[in-house]
Amino acid sequence: MSLDKATVAKVANLARIKVEEKDLDHLADELNNILGWIEQLGEVDTDDVEPMTSVADMQMRWRADQVTDGGYAGEVVVNAPSGEDGFFSVPKVIE
Amino acid sequence: MTDLTKLTVSAALDGMAAGDFSARELTAAHITAMEASNVLNAFITKTPEIAVEAATASDARRAKGEAGLMDGIPIAMKDLFCTEGVLTTAASHILDGFTPKYESTVSGNLWAEGAVMLGKANLDEFAMGSSNETSFYGNVINPWRRTGDDHAMVPGGSSGGSASSVASFSAMAATGTDTGGSIRQPASFAGIVGMKPTYGRCSRWGIVAFASSLDQAGPMTRSVRDSAIMLQAMAGFDPKDSTSVDMPVPDFQAALSGDIRGLRIGIPKEYQLDGMKPEIQALWDQGIDWMKAAGADIIDISLPNTKYALPAYYIIAPAEASSNLARYDGVRFGLRVEGEDLNDMYASTRAEGFGDEVKRRLLIGTYALSAGYYDAYYLKAQKVRTRIADDFKQAFQDVDAILTPTAPSAAFGFGEKSDDPLAMYLNDVFTVPGSLAGLPGISVPAGLSADGLPLGLQVLAKPFDEETLFKVAGVLETAADFTATPDDWWRG
Repeated sequence: MSLDKATVAKVANLARIKVEEKDLDHLADELNNILGWIEQLGEVDTDDVEPMTSVADMQMRWRADQVTDGGYAGEVVVNAPSGEDGFFSVPKVIE
Repeated sequence: MTDLTKLTVSAALDGMAAGDFSARELTAAHITAMEASNVLNAFITKTPEIAVEAATASDARRAKGEAGLMDGIPIAMKDLFCTEGVLTTAASHILDGFTPKYESTVSGNLWAEGAVMLGKANLDEFAMGSSNETSFYGNVINPWRRTGDDHAMVPGGSSGGSASSVASFSAMAATGTDTGGSIRQPASFAGIVGMKPTYGRCSRWGIVAFASSLDQAGPMTRSVRDSAIMLQAMAGFDPKDSTSVDMPVPDFQAALSGDIRGLRIGIPKEYQLDGMKPEIQALWDQGIDWMKAAGADIIDISLPNTKYALPAYYIIAPAEASSNLARYDGVRFGLRVEGEDLNDMYASTRAEGFGDEVKRRLLIGTYALSAGYYDAYYLKAQKVRTRIADDFKQAFQDVDAILTPTAPSAAFGFGEKSDDPLAMYLNDVFTVPGSLAGLPGISVPAGLSADGLPLGLQVLAKPFDEETLFKVAGVLETAADFTATPDDWWRG
């Protein structure tokens, strides 16, 4: 599989990273180089092999369904570039 | 009086217990050393005021007989750990000005045991790198140089500032985090001990996330005993991290018996790479001889899928990163670059806020998780990961620990590999397989390269068997008797 410019642009959009048109070729080359190297994974027989989703051999814990934390909206938003009255603010979304 | 910065953590604890010097004196000596090593750029933020205050409190505790495990020991905190009220950057422009209102569990554990924070250590941006050339706050310099050459060397990465501060005697110890080798490889490059615990041993809560199924915090120190002491203070169950394992933390120092007679040490044949540097092979052979001389049994083992660890890692880690780093969107913290609309604001913020290597990995990760490619890349890599972990499980039926080199080379110069991502990724060829399997690993300085740079050997052990890991590492340390230190050219 080889990435063309249009695919790189699409992936960049999915990743929400603005990429200038002039940088797409170079980026496609770099990504293809890495993905080409990754292709060797195809050599490994993984039929009937379960994908590893957790490295620790443990059962996920349960906890009581209770509120244990909260009540400090002011602290949560204190690092926001823009916010007021305990809310994050963003550019207008709905006209 | 002896130079307090040259002591190990354990010697400093003994010295303070005996009343030879105070935590304030110890901290003052390190603040002076830290200020004199500015050229190394090991710190993003220095916190001398916090250090003096903590050292004063430490002396008061010790006077009352209430000293903790690390009481009065000045350390560097990798700037990936959230520290309450202190700028936390992950070495990224996108976290500009971020000052957490909370403390990471591991740093909190260290403060509860009396450790003193000198400052926040520089690193590769979001811990993505093996040379500390990707930090928004500039390169970290390795205090070590080639013999007769004043070209600057990389300290390794991503915990490069941590390694540099400990190797330059600016900090007695430092925290690191290891995703694919980010503690062990810089430890090898800087001639210090770097230890990655079993996945789940230390809480990840409050550590800026890179790849959540791999990230682990660990100690970086100048001796194996110091490593055991510091891990004791860092480790433990934390209900706030769902992958933290609820099991007792053993007494790690007690494991340092110096006796490995009858222990079975595995030597994986697949780690003998084509074109491996003769001095790396020679160091490894030397390590095997040391193990034999100490009475261990050397057993040849096979880890057949070793070669696929790096390519699997470079799907899994970027995929997880693309998800974890989605939170940096200019809304909740750090940098915001205004745009035409909300989407444009997101994309512009992330374009300006992330460096090239981070962007590269986010794009790879996004692609690997995207519709149509998920099975071919991500699912395949997860299956290969299972096979790699199975290889280790199989091997550990016959051996108690595994000995390998830590890195395929000594430290290199700036710019020598930064133009070629693949050449850079190969730095972690010996550390990544153990990371994928969640195993504990440690790098111990074991010798010098032909041009005078430190080289490390790595020990891997079974999950949650850090005791055997420390025991073997202690014997390795004694046999290697690595006493070389860098010339202190950096002191201003």
